[in-house]
Amino acid sequence: MNLLEMKNIRKSFDGVEVLKDISLSVDEGEVIAIIGPSGSGKSTLLRCAVFLETIDGGSISYIGDEAAAEYNGAVRYASAETLHRVRGYFGLVFQNFNLFPHYSVIKNLTDAPIKVQKRPRDEVFEKARALLKRMGLEGRENAYPHQLSGGQQQRVAIARALALEPRILFFDEPTSALDPELTSEVLKVIRQLAEEKMTMVIVTHEMEFARMVADRVIFMDGGVIVEQGDPDQIIKDPRHARTKAFLNKLDGGLG
Amino acid sequence: MSLQTMISTLSSGMLKSILVYVCTLVGALPLGLFVAFGRMSRIKPVQLIIKFYISVMRGTPLMLQLMVVFFGPFFLFGIRTGSSYRFAAVIIGFVLNYAAYFAEIYRGGIESISRGQYEAAQVLGYSKAHTFVYIILPQVVKRILPAVTNEMITLVKDTSLAFAISYAEMFTMAKQIASSHSTLMPFVVAGIFYYIFNFIVAFLMERCEKRLSYYR
Ligand SMILES: Nc1ncnc2c1ncn2[C@@H]1O[C@H](COP(=O)(O)OP(=O)(O)O)[C@@H](O)[C@H]1O
Ligand SMILES: [Mg+2]
Repeated sequence: MNLLEMKNIRKSFDGVEVLKDISLSVDEGEVIAIIGPSGSGKSTLLRCAVFLETIDGGSISYIGDEAAAEYNGAVRYASAETLHRVRGYFGLVFQNFNLFPHYSVIKNLTDAPIKVQKRPRDEVFEKARALLKRMGLEGRENAYPHQLSGGQQQRVAIARALALEPRILFFDEPTSALDPELTSEVLKVIRQLAEEKMTMVIVTHEMEFARMVADRVIFMDGGVIVEQGDPDQIIKDPRHARTKAFLNKLDGGLG
Repeated sequence: MSLQTMISTLSSGMLKSILVYVCTLVGALPLGLFVAFGRMSRIKPVQLIIKFYISVMRGTPLMLQLMVVFFGPFFLFGIRTGSSYRFAAVIIGFVLNYAAYFAEIYRGGIESISRGQYEAAQVLGYSKAHTFVYIILPQVVKRILPAVTNEMITLVKDTSLAFAISYAEMFTMAKQIASSHSTLMPFVVAGIFYYIFNFIVAFLMERCEKRLSYYR
């Protein structure tokens, strides 16, 4: 089943085109890794997908619900109600967590399900505690974000997104703000979600991780998808010179 | 004049000073938020008008502003203001002035909250109003508390400026007694009063800061 369909997305900032006719289709259960040099438009693509940026061209639909589409050359977004409903289909995990610092861990997880989705309190709390357990954060529910390590904060952020029961989860470089020791605990959690068949789109610089968890790897450069396909093929045996250059540089960079 | 009679004479002035203080805060703290919104408005004329208002309030003496508010209606429009207007003029003058200062503090606080907080809230599905009231504002309050405390301490001392339009608060009374009995004692009492008043304000604000120290 198709969860997300982004077609011919174009996006400019101050007259500079950052996304040049990009299409992305995500099926249920699929794990997609997006790689590419910094400035290639990866974050912008995710931000367009979750309506943090408005697109200048193309269309976006989730599970058949049209969120944005082009009419006579101009993009029209759906009504506020439709967009609100569609927001319930996805979650986003930020590079720098963006937890609410004045809310305890458990409140970070339960507040939106209760206030936004109006789900029953007891059920929400029960589910949130189960999520914390899965994230290895048992016993930390009354802590505040500043009392946690970066890795723990990012796992809380993942749990917060999951508490709303999204159909698809986006990650924008979830480990880039973390020390190497803390990176692995976050990647482990994401790998576990992949095993549970959670649909995910992950922007990452962790090539080994991408190769292991992704069903498909997309290489972006200069606002276009240069190539995409099987992780082993893209990462071990890329076709395009730009992909090769990027991967070589990354290898070099990592020593 | 015995110290006791002096203090009891001054005590009505103290009450009036406290009244001016409380009324000013009740008016200026919320009004400042609306002024801050105006200052950050995307509507250019609104932004410019508010910017001008703030610069006048901060750029001219408060004493002068009080006199304009009190005498202005008569000298500018020939309106005869009743005797009760004196108190109103004091409050209007103080509220307008302090709202401008609070507005700039609020604006600084609001602009210091990272975009990520708004973005996280938006993706989680919170409405704009809910995001501001429950997610942004509490963090703003924590950050601006020291600056607001500063203003609140200055206001205690500024209430004495109401003497400029002969409003019978603490300082005005002290001055009258001092000149009629040729003694400096009332000023000593006044000084002690302002000091204790500020001590209490500082103490209460410190308590507030402590209560918000559970997060960073
Ligand atoms: N809000 C913005 N305003 C102006 N330019 C932006 C904005 N966001 C991103 N850009 C530009 O768009 C390009 C792509 O950025 P981004 O999507 O963040 O790349 P990536 O995530 O792949 O590093 C960069 O050149 C960046 O400077
Ligand atoms: Mg990025």
